[in-house]
Amino acid sequence: MGVIPVLILWPALIALLIPFLKQSKVRGIAVYVGAGGVMILALTLLISWLSGGQTVNLYQQTELIDHLMLAGELVLMVLIVYLSIKHRKYPVILLSVGQTGLLLWSETVQPVESPYHMTVDCLAMLMCIIVAFVGGLICIYAVGYMKGYHKHHTEYQDRSGFFFSMLFLFLAAMFGLVLSANLVWMYFFWEVTSVISFLLIGYTRTEEAVNNSFRALWMNLLGGLGFAIGIAVAAGTLGSVQLVDVVAAGAVIPVAMLAFAGLTKSAQLPFSSWLLGAMVAPTPSSALLHSATMVKAGVYLLIRLSPALCNTMTGMTVAFIGGFTFIAASMMAIAQNDGKKVLAFSTISNLGLIVACAGIGVEETIWAAILLMIFHSVSKSMLFQAVGSIENTMGSRDIESMHGLLLRLPRLTYIMGIGIAGMYLAPFGMLISKWVALKAFVDADNYLLVIFLAYGSATTMLYWTKWLSKLVSLHHTKEPVHDVTLPDQYLSMYVHSAATLLLCLLFPLVSTYVVDPMIVQLFGSAHEVLSMSVLTTMAIMLVSVIFVPSLMFLLTRATHRDYVPIYMGGINEGDNTYFTNSFGEPEHLYLSNWYLRFEFGMRRLMRPSVIISSGVLIVMLCVIVGGAV
Amino acid sequence: MQVVSVVLYLILAPFVGALLDGFDRIISARMQGRKGPPLLQPFYDLAKLFSKQMLAVNSVQMLLNLSYLVFLAVAGAMLFAGADILMSLFILSTADMFLVMAASSDSSPFSTLGAGREMIQIMAYEPMTLLLAVGFYLATGSFQVIDIIRMPYSTVLTMPGFLIGFFFVMAIKLRKSPFDLSTSHHAHQELVKGLTTEMAGPTFAIMNIAEYYEMTLMLGIVALFFINENWWSWPIAIIACLFVFFLEILWDNVCARVKWRTLLDSCWVVTLLSGGLNGLILMLIR
Repeated sequence: MGVIPVLILWPALIALLIPFLKQSKVRGIAVYVGAGGVMILALTLLISWLSGGQTVNLYQQTELIDHLMLAGELVLMVLIVYLSIKHRKYPVILLSVGQTGLLLWSETVQPVESPYHMTVDCLAMLMCIIVAFVGGLICIYAVGYMKGYHKHHTEYQDRSGFFFSMLFLFLAAMFGLVLSANLVWMYFFWEVTSVISFLLIGYTRTEEAVNNSFRALWMNLLGGLGFAIGIAVAAGTLGSVQLVDVVAAGAVIPVAMLAFAGLTKSAQLPFSSWLLGAMVAPTPSSALLHSATMVKAGVYLLIRLSPALCNTMTGMTVAFIGGFTFIAASMMAIAQNDGKKVLAFSTISNLGLIVACAGIGVEETIWAAILLMIFHSVSKSMLFQAVGSIENTMGSRDIESMHGLLLRLPRLTYIMGIGIAGMYLAPFGMLISKWVALKAFVDADNYLLVIFLAYGSATTMLYWTKWLSKLVSLHHTKEPVHDVTLPDQYLSMYVHSAATLLLCLLFPLVSTYVVDPMIVQLFGSAHEVLSMSVLTTMAIMLVSVIFVPSLMFLLTRATHRDYVPIYMGGINEGDNTYFTNSFGEPEHLYLSNWYLRFEFGMRRLMRPSVIISSGVLIVMLCVIVGGAV
Repeated sequence: MQVVSVVLYLILAPFVGALLDGFDRIISARMQGRKGPPLLQPFYDLAKLFSKQMLAVNSVQMLLNLSYLVFLAVAGAMLFAGADILMSLFILSTADMFLVMAASSDSSPFSTLGAGREMIQIMAYEPMTLLLAVGFYLATGSFQVIDIIRMPYSTVLTMPGFLIGFFFVMAIKLRKSPFDLSTSHHAHQELVKGLTTEMAGPTFAIMNIAEYYEMTLMLGIVALFFINENWWSWPIAIIACLFVFFLEILWDNVCARVKWRTLLDSCWVVTLLSGGLNGLILMLIR
């Protein structure tokens, strides 16, 4: 277990080192070494944990570190105040000073002795592995990506050193966050992730980027304020700031406040706009924020809280917000033609489902939530990387310009195809988890969530299918495309796609050996959520999904056929691209997807969704806190 | 027993589908004051299509169409094997995905437009199918078809709303007017032939056989509403299926095709009012 401080300090050390490496080649090597080191350290922790007990509690005496963290929080506060004054965003100062002051007050007026500060259990270990591997691979990918990015965007100042430094610092903060058992420690790392995401989003320093980064900052600081209130109340009423004690006691106000913090971090409505704004940053940071780290911190906290959410008013509120976000975000995704925007909405939507599962807080839903989290991390990270590579190659991430991508960039298209299929097709993991969630919602007598899930699945299907069908259109264009994706980018994407396929194939094993132990630790008992026979059926079906088209490919490859031009209304000019129009002139064929902007556009749906969700959230928070006081 | 049922489904479903299609054509013709083709016309059509030259616009259309067929057969086989109905319906939408991809792989204007409409159609009917599975679960306590058909009474007694809702969205799956937007059995189609525009000869025949599997699967789900542990429920179920099928033909002939917006709105509202309310009641009395 001595490896834990190394695991947290190693990426932090790399982060300190990288800005001093001016040569991009040396910097690249440092990133490889750093990312490789993170993965090895996480594996070492896994092995030493596997050989030891199930749940390990660590670090009783930590006065020095406590003081260092306090100093760190003050430094963060000063940094936020400085940047807010510089960019004239004064209200942010109030939030930052308010929560830091509250925490200082709480620690001096009602000091609490903590029996231990860190815990390694199944869930924490899983998060470490996800952060280390998905996050590490994203760092490796970023080395190649940032070269292409600055070749493509000459208007921005090249601050790659700063960028890599922030990526590694983020990993360090995530390790600290998931391993912390003490809320004050967790709060420190929580704040670090808020501030780093703010710095990453503002990377390009354009006006839009600065505005979006401040939006992300104030929303996350609002969550941080909730976190700080939760800690102060827990210290005052329970006399403990251990997360386990708060959950075990089911203390209403601290749980509600922490859940609120989780909702802001995981970008649930009404706080979704920070994640959409985060798209202005270079793609690796979007991949990192959306898949393995930032938003997962929110759902991680909610999953930890879930036993205390079951059958409470807080749980119902969280479940409603999650379910509502699931359907609203999936509807808004339909109207987007920017690839990254679709991915962002899909992230919000999937997180909504996970949050809804956590809010219900019974064994089945948590089982589904954890599996959704695993599958989502890997698939979404892969999709972001593929879209980033496509953007660097073609200069656009518009889905419309991806028409016929299969013929132009086949390797990237296959990677995208696996990612998209993994996100929603039967019987890949996401869908199975959705299925279990549906059953659990029925069992929990929450019919509203059932309706949300039924309609949300339909809208989810639409935005993925139309993207997929755009990719597979066999449309020949004359513009040559030169794939500028570098080998390290491909390495990362290949590992991700292999992981997606393997996770689906080994689904029964993942369920039995990884997820079930977590349920036991969270709830004290676990019964089989899906029987082994069902799981085996699904594995067979998965094989069929992969092998039926392959088999059909082999069968039909040999058949002789005569190729004919397509029917275009006007006379086909012979290349399936031009037709003769009514003036007798050649006209280029342009095919567009459906976006249903008037029906599902953000302009139409965003405001009502924010109003409904914030209304529910405010009223319910008042009721919950008022009822408890 | 299950094996027999699955094998029978896999062998007989195309024949049942084609026969029903033959009846459909005759009945439709009589409603329109025509005599109509002979009963076995769908079989003649298939034979003719298979005998045609293998024309294609690209190399993947055939394999995607075959995948569509296989997944529909798998979805139906799961239902007739007495397996999980929700999983069967999920596979059904996966199968539909392959059809959409087959149509959009051509990059042809008419079939791409048809594929787009097909996606809207899937979005319109999917909430109903998911709620339907939930309805069976609420009414019988199981998602397994084998448990649903062993109830002491027919589930239609407790879930009539679901039957109405399912009847409504079934028009989409059977490609009946007013919901035959993506491709139509009727000649008056504004999209040439919609998503099947670029499918010719054997490829089109495969698509037709797949539709027959789908038709049988849909009627199988209707039968699920009626079958219970008593033997006499089986003939009742068959009569009910035929009656529902007749109603769909009637609806097909008295309605004009609607726009996609009307399709989506009406399907979602009907789903919510019929299935949604019925499910809510089932949950409250459970």
